[in-house]
Amino acid sequence: MTQTDLSWVRTEMAQAMPAPAGERGLVAWVRKNLFASVGDTILTLLGLVLVALILPPIIDWAFVQAVWTGPDRTVCATIAQGGIQPDGWSGACWAFVNAKFGQFMFGRYPLEERWRPILVGILFVALLAPLLIPRVPHKGLNAVLFFLVLPIVAFILLVGGMFGLPHVETPLWGGLLVTLTLSFVGIVVSLPLGILLALGRRSRMPVVKTICIVFIETIRGIPLITVLFMASVMLPLFLPAGVTFDKFLRALIGVSLFAAAYMAEVVRGGLQAIPKGQYEGADSLGLSYWQKMYFIVLPQALKLVIPGIVNTFIGMFKDTSLVYIISMFDLLAIVRQNFSDASWASPQTPASGLIFAAVVFWLFCFGMSRYSMFMERRLDTGHKR
Amino acid sequence: MGFAQKIGQRAQTTEKGLRVMKHIAIGILAATTMGLMASAASAASTLEAVKAKGFIQCGVNTGLSGFSSPDDKGEWKGLDADFCRAVAAAVFGDGTKVKFTPLSAKERFTALQSGEIDLLSRNTTWTINRDTALGLNFAGVTYYDGQGFMVNAKKLPGVNSALQLSGAAVCVQSGTTTELNLADYFKANKMEYNPVVFEKVEEANAAYDSGRCDAYTTDQSGLYGIRLTLSSPGDHVVLPEIISKEPLGPAVRQGDDQWYHIVKWTYFALLQAEELGITQANVDELKASGGPEVKRVLGQEADTKLGTDLGVSNDWVVNIVKAVGNYGEMFERNVGAGSPLKIARGLNGLWTKGGLQYAPPIR
Repeated sequence: MTQTDLSWVRTEMAQAMPAPAGERGLVAWVRKNLFASVGDTILTLLGLVLVALILPPIIDWAFVQAVWTGPDRTVCATIAQGGIQPDGWSGACWAFVNAKFGQFMFGRYPLEERWRPILVGILFVALLAPLLIPRVPHKGLNAVLFFLVLPIVAFILLVGGMFGLPHVETPLWGGLLVTLTLSFVGIVVSLPLGILLALGRRSRMPVVKTICIVFIETIRGIPLITVLFMASVMLPLFLPAGVTFDKFLRALIGVSLFAAAYMAEVVRGGLQAIPKGQYEGADSLGLSYWQKMYFIVLPQALKLVIPGIVNTFIGMFKDTSLVYIISMFDLLAIVRQNFSDASWASPQTPASGLIFAAVVFWLFCFGMSRYSMFMERRLDTGHKR
Repeated sequence: MGFAQKIGQRAQTTEKGLRVMKHIAIGILAATTMGLMASAASAASTLEAVKAKGFIQCGVNTGLSGFSSPDDKGEWKGLDADFCRAVAAAVFGDGTKVKFTPLSAKERFTALQSGEIDLLSRNTTWTINRDTALGLNFAGVTYYDGQGFMVNAKKLPGVNSALQLSGAAVCVQSGTTTELNLADYFKANKMEYNPVVFEKVEEANAAYDSGRCDAYTTDQSGLYGIRLTLSSPGDHVVLPEIISKEPLGPAVRQGDDQWYHIVKWTYFALLQAEELGITQANVDELKASGGPEVKRVLGQEADTKLGTDLGVSNDWVVNIVKAVGNYGEMFERNVGAGSPLKIARGLNGLWTKGGLQYAPPIR
């Protein structure tokens, strides 16, 4: 009797088969995400209808019908409005943005000196980019250059009055230059100051603690508009005549202190989230207070509150628009100010200008937000669920 | 050390402390007084201060069509901005020696009182309160404005007077005297109305353009600017009624008569130049060929002291007209026929042409 050995052992891997056609590719994605159920299908169709209704007019207005260049309002107005466009025309007036672009970027910074803010901008990007990319070496040197050397160089270049550069007064500054300067200084000052205030608030030394609490609660208790308004309107009345103290500097100090108070509370939230064992562990190693904070507590605490910190930064970036109240012209304010130029007044001008400002603000805020998400992922060491 | 000695020492220390405090107090007092004296000194001679720094610091509106708004290059254009240039031309013979400080409505008086600016040329209404309690001196009325109404003639055919607006929805900006004047006017004429209030001027414009309101009210000069931003400007008419008096003019601090006179007579010189037909184009020619009055105004009379008595050079009127033209030229270029606003002269015409602009003689 012959015995047939039916046992069989596979010696090589079965070749992987591709997933069934219905489970892969675009079709599967669409089915899974857009048409999974009757409800989903209805919502998808409704969404498509909405997009079809909204998108074409926007594209038509913003790109197809839009006017890109022109000398004055006539290119952006219909014949009935005193312009050259056919009646019933409606399109974005990018010509207005084009003509005023220099002002939107630099305010009334003198034309022949505009290379100075441009150079500062290039230096800023050239130093910021390697700082943000983790792979690039020499972070320490880079940080020193960015946080210590760049502000000094930028100050000399922007303000002038030394090394043969003509002095440019801050009332002439405006546009994106003011927005970025205010936010940059605000960010650079508020983070370290906020950390110190947060540590101070949790300190066991009564004087330090009281000072920090009073500062934080006072600043958080008043609106930024009030701070700016006091600095710009009331302060000159208290100072003797002739003693003026640059309005831009006043706004810078106001914005920085304001952001620092909020930053302090964000950081305090992070400090409170660190388990007591970490503090005690550091103490048992014999670390001094500052060593404990620098090596053990702050790295963990700050990582936890990155979303909160970036939230404060983004909020501050947008809050800089409030300097309008003291007649300083950030990007939004200078766009709105130029609506008053009668040679560009047309029904399309305000919408075009405001959309331009919105896009610029969005680019910066979105950039900050994406970078913070990248940092969160990179520093994620398992706390996150 | 005995007890008494200790007490004595403590008393001595306290006394010492008190003395130190007294010194500090005196120091503070002296510093404050010096500060006040310095401010008094600078207030007493704005002209010298202005000459020393080499330019006039002039407060203007942050942006008002035709009065002060930046052009494509960021240069300030407009009637108020040009008035600053005229004063600079009178003082320095050069209309470019002026620096502009854009001011919000809330900041403007503080800026002048604190000495941050030398001259406020920011569509400011001349009122008794501002002239007295606020310590300002108004140098004249560079623009007679008043609150008016604009309606859509297509939507409301046959409306040619504000008295026909009973029951109308009226667009108005909040927090301005405009809102109060509107209420007064409708109450006084026993009419009903429905105010549609907006915080920002752009919102009010958009609402009016979309037909949410029957009428729009603000200063008449502003209505012309707003009309340019409407989708069919031809359909909208500005009604003739003016429901408030808004004489807009430049102001200076009280207590410096010389500076006040320079600003005031710069304004009169602009009017006088228009009355005599002196323009930017013909001023050089008229210096030699003009009649006796023209020559006197232009400082061409032998041993004239009109300019030097004022504190400026004798050819100050020549400098003013060369820099900005006469009042009529300034008006037409910024708000009148030569500008997109196309505002009629009306009350701002010379007295010889049925307007209110009248200058005392320059002699």
